[in-house]
Amino acid sequence: MVRSHVLVCGGTGCHSSGSDKIFESFESELAAAGLGEEVKVIKTGCFGLCALGPVVVVYPEGAFYSQVKPEDVKEIVEEHLLKGRLVKRLLYSETVAEDAILSLDNTNFYRKQKRVALRNCGVIDPENINEYIAYDGYMALAKVLTEMKPEDVIKEITASGLRGRGGGGFPTGKKWEFAANQPGNEKYVCCNADEGDPGAFMDRSVLEGDPHCILEAMAIAGYAIGASHGYIYVRAEYPIAVKRLKIAIAQAREAGLLGENILGTGFNFDIDLRLGAGAFVCGEETALLNSIEGKRGDPRPRPPFPAVKGLFGKPTIINNVETYANVPRIILNGAEWFASMGTEKSKGTKVFALGGKINHTGLVEIPMGTTLREIIEEIGGGIPNGKKFKAVQTGGPSGGCIPAQYLDVPVDYDNLTAIGSIMGSGGMIVMDEDNCMVDIAKFFLEFTVDESCGKCTPCRVGIRRMLEILDKITSGQAEMEDIDRLENLCYFIKENALCGLGQTAPNPVLSTLRYFRDEYEAHVIEKRCPSGVCKKLLSYTSDPEKCKGCTLCARNCPVNAITGEVKKAHVIDNSKCIKCGACMDSCKFGAISKR
Amino acid sequence: MKTIAELQALRDEMKEKVGVRKDGEYRMRILVGMATCGIAAGARPVLSAFMKEIETRKLSDVVVSQTGCIGICQFEPVVEIYDSDGTKTTYVHVTPEKVPKIVAQHVVNGNPVVEYTIGANAK
Repeated sequence: MVRSHVLVCGGTGCHSSGSDKIFESFESELAAAGLGEEVKVIKTGCFGLCALGPVVVVYPEGAFYSQVKPEDVKEIVEEHLLKGRLVKRLLYSETVAEDAILSLDNTNFYRKQKRVALRNCGVIDPENINEYIAYDGYMALAKVLTEMKPEDVIKEITASGLRGRGGGGFPTGKKWEFAANQPGNEKYVCCNADEGDPGAFMDRSVLEGDPHCILEAMAIAGYAIGASHGYIYVRAEYPIAVKRLKIAIAQAREAGLLGENILGTGFNFDIDLRLGAGAFVCGEETALLNSIEGKRGDPRPRPPFPAVKGLFGKPTIINNVETYANVPRIILNGAEWFASMGTEKSKGTKVFALGGKINHTGLVEIPMGTTLREIIEEIGGGIPNGKKFKAVQTGGPSGGCIPAQYLDVPVDYDNLTAIGSIMGSGGMIVMDEDNCMVDIAKFFLEFTVDESCGKCTPCRVGIRRMLEILDKITSGQAEMEDIDRLENLCYFIKENALCGLGQTAPNPVLSTLRYFRDEYEAHVIEKRCPSGVCKKLLSYTSDPEKCKGCTLCARNCPVNAITGEVKKAHVIDNSKCIKCGACMDSCKFGAISKR
Repeated sequence: MKTIAELQALRDEMKEKVGVRKDGEYRMRILVGMATCGIAAGARPVLSAFMKEIETRKLSDVVVSQTGCIGICQFEPVVEIYDSDGTKTTYVHVTPEKVPKIVAQHVVNGNPVVEYTIGANAK
């Protein structure tokens, strides 16, 4: 009998902090202790609490060990698994009570979460199809193939209210219906796994933690629209996701759950992988189709929409990873169950990748309608170092910054659009008082300038001009007219760019102009960066009263901009200074200040 | 896999194997005292005997785990069995030979084996 399971997180976050070694040490330590037969070690997907990785969970106790190092493994094996004594120093502090461990569901991080898309992440071994099957895997496919007509499947998805989780929010059922209504028997099902927003890793985690649910959902979609072939377009920078998808596809084919005559029902469906080289524009659906076809990843004008004329000119549906991850659950639990979660127009849950200035960096899945404040302060554990919250950025380079006054807005597609941001694919970057909003806007614009494919002029030339104006502003050379010029350009590009990349590229600038115009004006009028970020507007000075003449700053200055004799006050020459801050960091007397 | 029946059979078989991975939803928990005193008194074969017995009887809703020293070292090996309603029965001087009876009578049928409990032995 296997009496205990040790789950080691094998997601990218924990993997990069050494979970592979932890997994190996568990195997060897368990063997050495003679427990190899009764304790099983499983490598799972992401648990979500990446800030505390590498994560190890031991069942049946449900003990949540955080920040485990390979050298801790011996202690866990000898104490916990052999003698039954918890290793308290490694337990996640919120789960430790007087004489017992508390369930993870009661911690601040997990209490308000509702895992639907991530239901199997951190629960099953993603490289073992049998574990997926143990948690009702492929039962939804079996159900649609035997009990439902294709139009019933579409009706169910439509009734659930599921909307595209890639950011657009288009009703999924409607998309499937368009494709199903097209004539012809050659159609395609595509999965957009080209997650490109900086700071977003929801799709990667689903693929790494539960690859089979995507395969199952695509087969269901294929049955619904009458397609027998699917493509997953995944970026090559996700090596673990690619590896697990390959294993999953091979296992599903082997088990007869992909391929011809699935489960003896006469339904054929197979899936191939296509690796993207990492161009952001290939996350745009028409560019993605071009890329799958082997062409350059340029967007195509729409209409015709992919549902009419998509991959190889045939009717095609393209859904995001997280959208698919919801599908098997909707089929098994029913549309009503799904629609009971969320707000009036946004049903179900949404996965967010929390990042930036926040304590619990990681992956969270919340019902739609949860407020930003709950996500940031309760689930995310607030801002580190007692700093003040300034804004939260959602939607990546296509989204906007939301200031503190909107923290109580319930998160759904329409509310976020109304306050000048977008839901986006789920990146959520928290910023504190040390972040300069002009600099943030510039960061995202630099990204879109790099990633613009160059096909249409508004995007290729327009956003470059915008970046130049932002450069002027952050270097103190701008005039007030430049802000107006910038704003006009934003609206022009939004209306005239060919694809989503260009149409949304001005959003980070527009939303910061809307809520943080005073910061722009401080840069332009006072030639000052209020947060002390924009280097060209900074000057460092040394206070002669406080300076003891220890020469430490002068020795640390890489450009010899600091002069002065020993035991006498030093002076910083701002014409030579490169604003690196090394002097300020090295001063032991707090004599150097920046403004 | 050719039929849905096969898929369902595989699911049911696998469900038992991952049953240990749920939080606190068990019919019964068997805790074997595995501190130094327990191990020295022979708790390890007792633990193995419980696992073997639970496996042969396919009792997937029962958890076998270990616990530390309870403080009654003279009675080791000590085994505590928690019913779903939280009632605790403490068995003392447990040997692998006593295990099948405890499992059959208590774990399966819900009648504690009184003569092995601490109540009967402490007198």
